Amino acid sequence: MFFTYLRRELRRRRKAALVVASGLALGIALVIVVDSVTAGMSRAQTKVLESLYGLGTDMTVTKAASPPGEGDAVRRPRFRFDAGAGTDSAQQSQDVVMVQGFETLTASTVAKVAAQDGVADAVGGLSARVMKVDGRFASGEVRPAQPGQAPGQGGAGGEVRGGGADFGVDSYTVYGTDVAHQGLGPLTSSKITSGRTFTAGETSAKVAVVDSAHAKEQGLTVGEKITVSGTAYTVIGVATADSGDASADVYLPLAEAQTLADAKGRVTTVYVRATASQRIDEVKGAVQKNVPGTTVTTSADLADTVSGSLSTASDLATGVGKWLSIVVLGAAFVVAGLLTSSAVSRRVREFGTLKALGWRSGRVTRQVAGEALAHGLIGGALGIGAGLAGAWAVTAFGPTLTAELGGGAGGGGGQRFAGGPGGGGGPVRETATRALDVALTAPVSLTTIGLAVALAVTGGLVAGGFGGWRAARLRPADALRRVG
Amino acid sequence: MYQLSGVTKRYRRGKETVRALDGVDLIIEDGGRLVIQGPTGGGKSTLLQMLGGLDRPTEGRVLLDGTDLATLPEARLTRVRAEKIGFVFQGFNLVPTLTAQENVETALVPLGLKTSERRERAAEALVSVGLGERRGHLPGELSGGQQQRVAIARALVKRPAVLLADEPTGNLDESMRDEIMDLLEGLWEENGLTFVMVTHDTALARRAPRLATIRKGQVTIREQVVG
Ligand SMILES: Nc1ncnc2c1ncn2[C@@H]1O[C@H](COP(=O)(O)OP(=O)(O)OP(=O)(O)O)[C@@H](O)[C@H]1O
Ligand SMILES: [Mg+2]
Repeated sequence: MFFTYLRRELRRRRKAALVVASGLALGIALVIVVDSVTAGMSRAQTKVLESLYGLGTDMTVTKAASPPGEGDAVRRPRFRFDAGAGTDSAQQSQDVVMVQGFETLTASTVAKVAAQDGVADAVGGLSARVMKVDGRFASGEVRPAQPGQAPGQGGAGGEVRGGGADFGVDSYTVYGTDVAHQGLGPLTSSKITSGRTFTAGETSAKVAVVDSAHAKEQGLTVGEKITVSGTAYTVIGVATADSGDASADVYLPLAEAQTLADAKGRVTTVYVRATASQRIDEVKGAVQKNVPGTTVTTSADLADTVSGSLSTASDLATGVGKWLSIVVLGAAFVVAGLLTSSAVSRRVREFGTLKALGWRSGRVTRQVAGEALAHGLIGGALGIGAGLAGAWAVTAFGPTLTAELGGGAGGGGGQRFAGGPGGGGGPVRETATRALDVALTAPVSLTTIGLAVALAVTGGLVAGGFGGWRAARLRPADALRRVG
Repeated sequence: MYQLSGVTKRYRRGKETVRALDGVDLIIEDGGRLVIQGPTGGGKSTLLQMLGGLDRPTEGRVLLDGTDLATLPEARLTRVRAEKIGFVFQGFNLVPTLTAQENVETALVPLGLKTSERRERAAEALVSVGLGERRGHLPGELSGGQQQRVAIARALVKRPAVLLADEPTGNLDESMRDEIMDLLEGLWEENGLTFVMVTHDTALARRAPRLATIRKGQVTIREQVVG
């Protein structure tokens, strides 16, 4: 009888059921959309961070920035070309490899960091920039005097024409990766799309992995050779960055990069993984205390420096969106409860009659609660449908957001050399700024669906609670009430 | 058998107390038939509620076959209603979303019968009130007289010892009234029920062998010869 009665009520009082259900559906749909958009935002942020860090890195350790002008002599790239007389048309090329940011840590720092409590793994890497200048000088040409020239004019006969320099400047980034520890570092956020990656034994092999964008630009394929500062490296693999924006153009074994950059035994960044994510702050403190002269940047620190429309939207989703969905959901619960309760009031005589017929109070309450629960589940189904549609619409038509990374306090994950070739003299220090375009997505996870179902059931139970409480207090004598 | 002694029911409305029943003493034999009449607000419905265990008196005893309904625990009182008492109301009180058949079945739900037995008995009851063909109809699809027949089937399907009816023809026109009364009287005779009916209708009151009149909560009984 329970199910017959329930089915009849739902079918024959469809409109009332729909009113309660759509209220709940609205709240649940909102929760799904907000939840999935928030998930999309954090996925986008993670992607942005990973593009800089690689997967699994909890924090980076870099050298603390020293005030400019102090200690370091101003270093700037120097190029020496031979422009000796008579060497006409000789193609000359020179590479200058500079450590990015000009700040390095000794390799022993890596071991020191690795020895800290709570550190699962620490790997050093060296970021460098290669500036390649090539071209040629052309010396002037001496031409004989024109025939039929008036006598007394220009005894030397002839003039110098032309002469000058024609140089192109090319710059790309190199990352020296610890081939023995490939679990951490920038290369982990790329996939090898052709060829292979380094093997642990290739510590000083003349091999390179090239980022796909760089490879395309330079027309490089696996098996070809690239020459950096006079050393030839065989391209063994092409890597494609997950985020579409790689952290380096060319990856070399760490020792090779160190040799090229004249930074033997030095690294720019130590990538650290903590034993547990809850220990990140603790590890950060320990490293800062025990390894002086370093800056520790956690992904949380870095996330704080994410700006641009991504972070605005993300703030909106986690702030306004969250509160809005809580308020709407809460209102939907209360409204569902009141509607159910008032529906019971309109059916006082019906329930009173059932009690007069000998139905136990619990059976009547169960019937009312069952109806409310069914309303909740219908609301949940509608809400999940609407929520999925909403999330799909966000993914399909959502705007592209930009994320700017860095620019915050404390310096980002890496110091980046800025100032183009030939641009203003001297090293320019800049915190890492990376701008990435991220499409706004709203991935709906099973957890979100589970949450929606839980909310639907809760909504139904809340409504059933209101209605059931009202129904439980009805007396069998209410069967004789004239109302209804 | 009903034995009521000193049954008083007071309703409190704000500061005022209404004495709906005032020291009622009444005996109704098994298989007896009693008609209750009286002016509006006299306490007829209240008395019926006491007899049916729908409410408890403020004072006094309501013995049904020796059990005092006034003090019986709620669960057992519910059980008494489910097993022994059939109700027919002025407003029919059918569940509007259930069919005639299902409405009759609601009376059997507390008895915990097997579904098949429940169906069978409900169908039989509908046949006995002449609605065998209308089992699948909703109350809204039936005339007032037909709805009251369904309600009568619902009251009798449990084979109760007592049938209580509060103005069962109050919402019906005259032809339907006679139809329903003939049906009720026929069923009473057939089943040997104790039958108590409240009515405003003096014509109906005249047909009863025993007539109780309630005024201001007080009962006077008159035996009458019916012809
Ligand atoms: N639940 C209640 N709360 C307060 N007062 C009530 C309640 N039920 C009945 N009364 C009062 O008790 C008195 C008797 O009511 P009852 O319904 O028994 O009268 P009745 O004889 O059935 O009248 P009617 O012919 O109009 O049906 C009336 O004054 C009524 O207002
Ligand atoms: Mg009455």
